[in-house]
Amino acid sequence: MSSSVYTPKLPRWWWLHHAGYRRYMVRELSCIPIGVFAVMLIVGCWRLEQGPESWQAFRAALATPLALVWQLIALAFAVYHSITWFALAPRTMPLRIGARRLPASWIAGAHYLAWAVLSLLVLRIVGG
Amino acid sequence: MSISNKPLLWLPFAGGGMLAALLLPALMLVLLLDSLGMLSTAALAHERVRAWVSQPLVAISACVFITLVIWHAAHRLRMTLQDLGVRDAGARRLSARICYSAATLATVALAWVWV
Repeated sequence: MSSSVYTPKLPRWWWLHHAGYRRYMVRELSCIPIGVFAVMLIVGCWRLEQGPESWQAFRAALATPLALVWQLIALAFAVYHSITWFALAPRTMPLRIGARRLPASWIAGAHYLAWAVLSLLVLRIVGG
Repeated sequence: MSISNKPLLWLPFAGGGMLAALLLPALMLVLLLDSLGMLSTAALAHERVRAWVSQPLVAISACVFITLVIWHAAHRLRMTLQDLGVRDAGARRLSARICYSAATLATVALAWVWV
């Protein structure tokens, strides 16, 4: 590599300098609680397969104060992920009908509707 | 034009992101309500949950869901690490290897639980 290669300089904490960048970073870092929760679901599947006692121990562990705080944080990040994901949907999935573009609010709205319906279904079916 | 592996990564990223956006808050809420004792004890009782996952379609859907969410998170973490300062080629390759290895490990663990 020659020294003429352009290397952009970016301060290490660039994303703290602007509210929009901070929101961006919160959105991107939502992947950590979401990933950890997915691993927790795998552990849950494993404990479920081990039998009723193991499953009960898993549920009891989730009911400890620390686990409750963790679940609240994860839920907040997951909701933020949903909101930002649907807000981007009109740009990642622009739809055309004939020559006309479907309005962005329709695409985002359809996602919010699907979110509401699916959430109610999960709460109804899984929540008993 | 050289062959890119990007579409192969975008598919689980977009699919996992969409499934997480649509389903995770509700799933988390159900677990949280159960942890708070606000659901009936029968709701997430062993025999009830076991009965669901003993249906092949439910088990496969759950596996696909968890796997896609894991790969979504791994890919997003890898890209975000670059924003946080992981910039030179060697460090980027290492962070990619760590993220995708963790996702592979989680996928294998999930398969191992249910095979």
